[in-house]
Amino acid sequence: MFYREAGQFKTTYSADMAIFPIRQDRVTLGALLAFAFIGVPLLSYFHVWPFGQDYLLRAILLPFLILALAAIGVNILVGYCGQISLGSGAFMAIGAYSAYKLGTGVHIPLAWLGFDISIPALPVLPSILLGGFMSALVGILFGVPSLRIKGLYLAVATLAAQFFFDWVFLRVPWFTNYAPSGSVNAPELNFVGWVVDTPIERYILCLIFVTVFALMAKNLVRGNIGRQWMAIRDMDIAAELMGIRPLYAKLTAFAVSSFIIGVSGALWAFVYLGSWEPLAFDINRSLQLLFMVIIGGLGSILGPFIGAAFILILPIMLNLVPSELGVPLSTETITHLEFIIFGSLICYLLIKEPHGFARLISLAKEKLRLWPFPY
Amino acid sequence: MRSPDVQEVLLSVEGVSLAFGGVKALTGVSFDVRKGEIRAIIGPNGAGKTSMLNVINGFYHPNQGSITFKGQTRARMRPFEASRGGIARTFQNVALFKGMSALDNIMAGRTLKMRYGLFWQALRFGPAQREEVEHRHRVEEIIDFLEIQAIRKVPVARLPYGLQKRVELGRALAMEPDLLLLDEPMAGMNLEEKEDMSRFIIEVNDHYGTTIALIEHDMGVVMDLSNRVVVLDHGVKIADGTPDQVKRDQAVIDAYLGVAH
Repeated sequence: MFYREAGQFKTTYSADMAIFPIRQDRVTLGALLAFAFIGVPLLSYFHVWPFGQDYLLRAILLPFLILALAAIGVNILVGYCGQISLGSGAFMAIGAYSAYKLGTGVHIPLAWLGFDISIPALPVLPSILLGGFMSALVGILFGVPSLRIKGLYLAVATLAAQFFFDWVFLRVPWFTNYAPSGSVNAPELNFVGWVVDTPIERYILCLIFVTVFALMAKNLVRGNIGRQWMAIRDMDIAAELMGIRPLYAKLTAFAVSSFIIGVSGALWAFVYLGSWEPLAFDINRSLQLLFMVIIGGLGSILGPFIGAAFILILPIMLNLVPSELGVPLSTETITHLEFIIFGSLICYLLIKEPHGFARLISLAKEKLRLWPFPY
Repeated sequence: MRSPDVQEVLLSVEGVSLAFGGVKALTGVSFDVRKGEIRAIIGPNGAGKTSMLNVINGFYHPNQGSITFKGQTRARMRPFEASRGGIARTFQNVALFKGMSALDNIMAGRTLKMRYGLFWQALRFGPAQREEVEHRHRVEEIIDFLEIQAIRKVPVARLPYGLQKRVELGRALAMEPDLLLLDEPMAGMNLEEKEDMSRFIIEVNDHYGTTIALIEHDMGVVMDLSNRVVVLDHGVKIADGTPDQVKRDQAVIDAYLGVAH
């Protein structure tokens, strides 16, 4: 259990600026990825506990991955660029419905102009990515007020986006292809010949998306654009006097963040839910994502994973542990307990450790480097 | 002693007036900064020194008057345009990016020099990676120059005040400015830190040939460092000249010591 850099000499700046400059980190991450990509499918194939049933994959790992991805998007905006957003659910919805429309064929009747616009149904991968782009476009639009208003006022403006799009997807039947119930079904998940159907395939698909996007997000935040975002967050006046344009920095943050959230929304709808209603992306989803980011760690890429895991696993633990211990709790009590624990934890973290669990981990690592001789 | 042999004017301020409602921060102030010199702006508290700097780098827009920088006259300018033109700045109260390491802070000063966009940065492959390393080289030179190698990976919020000031100077230097504005670079420092900072300022001026305009309250430092001094009081220029001239100026003595009525 030695987390040491001693003996790992870096002779080039590119080695020093590598994504994981410390060998132990690389090994840990490699092992985790290997387990996620190879271990989990194997264990589930051979029905090894707890991967025996699909429950773990379908009800825990799948939402964990997709929500972690969405939380990464939220963290880019809130944690890195410092722009509070309460509209994440709306951007997930935009990603989902855009992907749905593109995947089933877009038909815009413009009879009063004398012609119609028709786009044939796209394959599922481009629909999901274009759903992300659509969400990025809307994100840029709703990011424009951020140039004038800050903090809580911006949060209220993004809240307006949330309620507006909730309403749009509920009330404009065009978006749901005039489905009478308002609920829509995802098209067949055919990824360039790979038909994703079983839980394990769905899991692998989401894992690929999450790995690729997490890597790209990490690259962005440790590069020039990431420094611009953080500069705007920490001291916008100084940033502006150094040649960072607030317009560019804030709108790119909105765009990248909404893109990632949009893609995760499309995945949530297509891969996790299969069929869904606008309710799946309401204000509760936005708040849930914000909680994940706060609990996991503002301004880190690891944080959203920890936050997502925590928020998904805590309710399950509250369900299982008391009954195992012989203290059966009613469902209402559990729901209330959940609220109490989340609420107090968020208050505690905001006061004590605004950078969440991720910061606690990095502090522990820092201590470990010197342990057991801190002087 | 360093004396700028070039008499070329880099920045000239012509009759600048600035008012916040009824408060007149600056009234008809004119002075110039020659290429390669160290120019001090002094004056009692509330004289309008910081407002002057804010006008120069476009943070405030003057109500009257004009500013000519590198031969270009302008009345209104956004701060990022000023920095693009080659004006860098440090602040009276350290304005570092608190959540970032010293290295990242200084790297952020290179923003204007970096070209590759979002897509390349997301992949961080090929040109974007090379660009990043190339700028790291330049930043490391500044880190060596300011002798802050040991703290380059420390989040700046954890650094002591003197070092924060030094990192802030490094961030401004990373922009490779033509004109460096220093707002009280030595405020709140002890003697040793002041000597270090003075040395850095002289070396920046000597080595990189950067023109410097600084605000400072420590008269010893001002008299030693600067080639020429401009004195403001209540937003009005009361004296302008070499340190010796200014020291003997009756108006300056009155402003600092008060006049018997």
